[in-house]
Amino acid sequence: MNWVNAVIQGILLGGQYALIACGLSLAFGVMRIVNLAHGDLAICGAYLGLVLSSALGVPVWVTLPLLLPAAFAAGMALQVLLLGRALRHGVLAPVLVTFGLSAMIENLLQVAATSDPRGLNGGALTLASFTVGSVTVSWLFLAAFLTACAVLSGLQLALSRTSWGRQVRAIADDLDTARLVGVNVAPVFATVAGIAVATAALAGVFIGTIGTFDPLAGTNTLIFAFEAVVIGGIGSLAGTLIGGIALGVTQVVVGEINQAYAVLAVHLLFLAVLVVRPGGLFAAHQAAHEPRRQGALG
Amino acid sequence: MSLPALEVTDVAKSYGAMSVFSSVSFAIAEGEAVGIVGPNGAGKTTLLDLLTGTGRCDAGRVLLHGKDVTRLPPPLRARMGLGRTFQVPRPLGDLTVFENALVGAMRAAGLHGRAAYSAAWDALGMSGMTGHANAPAHSLRLLDRKRLELARALAMRPRVLLLDEIAGGLSDPESEALIATIRAVNSGGTAIVWVEHVLRVLTAVVPRLVCLADGQVIADGVPSDVLASDAVRTAFLGGGVL
Amino acid sequence: MTPDGPLLEIAGLDVFYGDFQALFGVSMSVARGCVTALVGANGAGKTTLLRTIAGAQAAERGVVRYGGTDITAAPPHRRISRGIALVPEGRKLFPSLTVEENIQVGAVAAASGAWPLERIYDAFPMIATRRKQRAATLSGGEQQAVAIARALAAAPSVLLLDEISLGLAPRVVEELYQVLHGLRAAGTTLVIVEQDLSRAMDASDQLVCLLEGRVALAAAVTEVTRDLVIAAYFGQGRS
Repeated sequence: MNWVNAVIQGILLGGQYALIACGLSLAFGVMRIVNLAHGDLAICGAYLGLVLSSALGVPVWVTLPLLLPAAFAAGMALQVLLLGRALRHGVLAPVLVTFGLSAMIENLLQVAATSDPRGLNGGALTLASFTVGSVTVSWLFLAAFLTACAVLSGLQLALSRTSWGRQVRAIADDLDTARLVGVNVAPVFATVAGIAVATAALAGVFIGTIGTFDPLAGTNTLIFAFEAVVIGGIGSLAGTLIGGIALGVTQVVVGEINQAYAVLAVHLLFLAVLVVRPGGLFAAHQAAHEPRRQGALG
Repeated sequence: MSLPALEVTDVAKSYGAMSVFSSVSFAIAEGEAVGIVGPNGAGKTTLLDLLTGTGRCDAGRVLLHGKDVTRLPPPLRARMGLGRTFQVPRPLGDLTVFENALVGAMRAAGLHGRAAYSAAWDALGMSGMTGHANAPAHSLRLLDRKRLELARALAMRPRVLLLDEIAGGLSDPESEALIATIRAVNSGGTAIVWVEHVLRVLTAVVPRLVCLADGQVIADGVPSDVLASDAVRTAFLGGGVL
Repeated sequence: MTPDGPLLEIAGLDVFYGDFQALFGVSMSVARGCVTALVGANGAGKTTLLRTIAGAQAAERGVVRYGGTDITAAPPHRRISRGIALVPEGRKLFPSLTVEENIQVGAVAAASGAWPLERIYDAFPMIATRRKQRAATLSGGEQQAVAIARALAAAPSVLLLDEISLGLAPRVVEELYQVLHGLRAAGTTLVIVEQDLSRAMDASDQLVCLLEGRVALAAAVTEVTRDLVIAAYFGQGRS
């Protein structure tokens, strides 16, 4: 039983969970939107990658310069056309709307692409690996982890150093006052939604390359993303990474002992965190969700 | 000499390091109507919470009809005849006006069957809402929501009724209607303790004002005297001569 | 736009929260460079009026005119770009942002670059040393200074201030009013909601008293006595 290898693999897997989760964390922390279609949007990213890489005859990585902007635009459109309007009817409305959206996406994908499991063409990266001592690391897994770290740090930097980032954090603290002091909220929401979907799509591409995907894979993806966000603390990007890693390590380590219990162990960890620290390990503020929003992003 | 309906002696209350009251004392006779005024932060709503039992006094006593209720929780004080309205009327929207009043009679006063129906109907009568008895509560406009809030409190047949800023947001004719309603309630024998900012409406009903500021009662008497007093004016508007 | 006309004009404002009417036909005129004190009891509608002028609250009826232009339908960020900024009641700083970041957010829709950070720190030396501290860790007086600074960063021509002395020690309030006097001298138009009547009358050119959502008194400070204001404040003389 190679513990070191299991933990390393778990950490790397955690990177993937963090990548899929960060969009969810951002959307909720800033806009108080729970997007139940988030996992499905990630899978759409995988399907889009499939279409583009087949059409162009290249590994899916080459299609990213097309795929990511398209996903970003789709996120903005989703916010402006659908979720922004839903928000006007209260915080529950987006939950219902995205629930319906999720069902719609899954069914559309089934019709368009059939239920057959698919894989993405990752090129040479898919099979390559290297060994350090007793640990064998797949380049693909490592790439996923490093990408997650890069995306999360990049987002964190943008939040801390740019004017846009300050406006996002101000909105997360107090939407009413942010609007009052001159922040034009709608465009900020649109960009946040764009980032959420783009990161989801990127995560979907990794999911699709590392394993297989099918139209119904979104639900499972959503659950893991959700748990990573809750464990790490809502609104904290660093927490999302830690949350993802906690999930990944639990899954792999328990899987080493008994594969049948790996996923159950993950869910049990989630429940345990909810009982002990409901705000998550790194929650910025432990405030409940009052009508006047109090919370931070950082 | 009969016991006061409500008496507060040397009540003190702090939230952590912040003292709201150092010592507040006053008494209200059966059937009397008294207004409680004071600048922002004087603790008027805190006082109501202490009277109903929603908040606990740090010191001092609250007596209801001579009985010490300082440690008694709100439902028991309600059974003893202490009613309260809330600042933002929140009727149970899907129920009719009558059913809302019935809830007051059954839940707060613990009445059943015919006694409850009777109390609810009388309450609607006192607050002028019998004409709306079958209307769903969510369809009411502001003045009627306030009257319904009043009716719910009245349905428990209180001997002392606490009103929390009930006059805000009404037009002139609506204010007149509210004044008439509250006068009718008071003349039915219910003592009234009324926290209010809208002084014009308040002073049209109550013959006595108690002014709270700096954690104590700084004036207690006829409205014209209280509002003319230097202490009260300074409390509201700051010191200084011009 | 008439250079001689009032800079800010409000006519017949009716504002509702649901069907709770907070303002009844409120009208007010503010000349360029003038300081207006807005007084009245709690619930009289002072905060509602300032928020409506700033665009944070919609009016059911009535007009808000700035420099002759009707801005009644303009959202807050457009009003800021035109030159109206509000220091809200209760300060409402962004707690997780630093002092400097709070001020920077205030500048995102600024009307001009007239108030860069350095000029703001010169005006508020008490917060200059704390610029990298999180806003939630500051004292009440410092937070109030940051709230004013945040509004100034928008380089407003009209600055609205809602109860800046609430909960602060007299010495601190004095310091803040020194800054306001400086702004007044520089020609900024101010509308100040203030509980302390003497301070309000001392600092301003005209006084408007609200009572139950209506204007009970509007006059130049030189034309009113304290007793007249008190009568309007308590609603005496109104049947």
